[in-house]
Amino acid sequence: MLEAINLTCVRGERRLFHDLNVHVERGSGLFVQGPNGSGKTTLLRVFGGLTPPCGGAILWNGRPIQLARDDLRRKLLYCGHLIGLKDDLTAIENLVYAAALADEPISNAIAQEALKQSGLYEIADLPVRALSQGQKRRVSLARLCYLRRSFWILDEPLTALDDAAAQWVLDRISRHLNEGGTAIWTSHLPMAVAGSIRTLRIGS
Amino acid sequence: MMQSLGLAATYAVIRRDLGLAMRRKSDALTPVFFFVIVVSLFPLGIGAERDTLRQIAPGIIWVAALLASMLSLNRLFEEDHADGTLEQLMLSTAPLGMLVTGKVIAHWILTGVPLLFVAPLLALQFDLAPASLLTLATSLAIGTPVLSLLGAIGASLTIGLRGGGVLIALLVLPLYVPVLIFGAGAVASVNAGLGAESHFSLLAAALALAAFFSPLATTMALRIALE
Amino acid sequence: MINWFKYSTPSTFYPLAGRLAPWFMLAAIAIGSLGLYIGFFLAPTDAQQGEGYRIIFLHVPVSWMSMFIYLVMAFWAAVGLAFNSRLSAMMARALAPTGAMFTFLSLWTGALWGKPMWGTWWVWDARLTSELILLFLYIGIMALQSAIENARRADKAGALLTLVGVVNIPIIYFSVEWWNTLHQGASVSLTRAPSMATIMLVAMLLVSLAAWMYTISVALIRARCIILERERHSTWVHRLNEKKP
Repeated sequence: MLEAINLTCVRGERRLFHDLNVHVERGSGLFVQGPNGSGKTTLLRVFGGLTPPCGGAILWNGRPIQLARDDLRRKLLYCGHLIGLKDDLTAIENLVYAAALADEPISNAIAQEALKQSGLYEIADLPVRALSQGQKRRVSLARLCYLRRSFWILDEPLTALDDAAAQWVLDRISRHLNEGGTAIWTSHLPMAVAGSIRTLRIGS
Repeated sequence: MMQSLGLAATYAVIRRDLGLAMRRKSDALTPVFFFVIVVSLFPLGIGAERDTLRQIAPGIIWVAALLASMLSLNRLFEEDHADGTLEQLMLSTAPLGMLVTGKVIAHWILTGVPLLFVAPLLALQFDLAPASLLTLATSLAIGTPVLSLLGAIGASLTIGLRGGGVLIALLVLPLYVPVLIFGAGAVASVNAGLGAESHFSLLAAALALAAFFSPLATTMALRIALE
Repeated sequence: MINWFKYSTPSTFYPLAGRLAPWFMLAAIAIGSLGLYIGFFLAPTDAQQGEGYRIIFLHVPVSWMSMFIYLVMAFWAAVGLAFNSRLSAMMARALAPTGAMFTFLSLWTGALWGKPMWGTWWVWDARLTSELILLFLYIGIMALQSAIENARRADKAGALLTLVGVVNIPIIYFSVEWWNTLHQGASVSLTRAPSMATIMLVAMLLVSLAAWMYTISVALIRARCIILERERHSTWVHRLNEKKP
């Protein structure tokens, strides 16, 4: 599905990685591991088409990613390092607006259902400003419940989550892979996900 | 597969930005207060000679409108960038140009439209005739969207930079010059008893050009800034 | 047949630029001296404006250059963005300060011309006012690039701003021209140069050519500095250091 050929990336003055070759098959998972500052986020942004690589090429279903952007975006769900929520809006409003802006509008009911499934029902009507970091991330990850996208890229999804919430995320990813979806995620801690997983270690 | 025009998404952007502004009303009203203060400073600096004031009124009000519109530009993309929603916007399947146009429209509604109502009131302080007041409002109505469109280019180029506000001013004020000349010129022309049709057509042409080119330039600048 | 693409990478461009720069500077000095000599000493005295008009032999070439350099910058900016080429972007960046300098000189020489002619240091005519705005555009580009730490982002942002400016310059010029005719009528205009004898035109062209040679030379030197700064970690730069005794 996604193929990286001789990928090289430079951030400022540092060369993060070079001549990286990765092939991500449909239905498989890729776990990118590495210490802080090793370029995990940059690599994921390159995979998502947000950052162009300095060297090498990225192919999406065989086509160069710059030409296949529309197709990629239709299938991509990207949860970046930043949470992507508006502090002044409530959790439900955030999810509804985010879906509308992504051109896949949902109703209030679906947003509420997603928050219930993530265990956040009580805080659904609170402004996001009033939530803890972990709760904010869980609201952001509630998208995993209703967005029908086959290609997930999750950057450090377990940040600030407690054990129960972290397990929920891991179960979600496992279920996604089980249903034939593809996922790439990073963490600087080990993550136990069921399914056909490959690990890519960078920055050593 | 035909790409959707993204109209629903654009409408959602406008609603969201307006909704956010309503929750921080003081932030939304600052440009208008700034406008009023700046316009009121000039007679204090120049003297209250009625004829002089009548002559300089179009220029002063237009320059104050430029500055007020520019004040809120650095917030156009900065907050979205900081909390990650800009990134999500750029990953949307709706065309980024449309979404950006939505943000510009919201910016105009918040900073430009209030000026349309306040400016004629302030112009009364300068003893402008009623015909001139109407011309002033019309010129602002056509011109302020251009200011928002051009300002978006400056705002998108300077995302995340220190000294953002002043830097945006430096980038964007030269581009504002034609709008200022045609806009203030329209009112001055009516003041002098001539018509303002040519001014309005030029302003409208500027609006058409800006509406076409600015989203292109802004989306390019956003992609460059978020690489 | 020279293979120009061979020089499109910083490591090959650097020595070439080093060899060419001194020659362009020499050409600039030679041609410039000739042009100024013709203009200041050989061209006839103007009936109306006396000797003071001779400043136009600096003012006109310098104004042409300020505009021309911007167009060249816009060209390299477009190439740099379209082909994602680093060297084109560096060239555009190297040209900007010289362009700004010429614009600044244009304003000063315009003022020096205006003072004896019309008794005021500044005249709000279309040309001078457009030059002033052009100066703001140059300064804006340089300010934006120096405010961005990431070199590639600075290159691209500056390039985009240059292109936005290039589209706007005709519009700005037109609007200022229009504003000028509305407010000043047909009064003073620095663009109404004295009727040109051929020799005056020759002098101006020579000085313009000299200014262009100077620009190329300085831009090449500046580009070398930019290249060194960006590539300071690469092997070919280290090898340069080792070669020196």
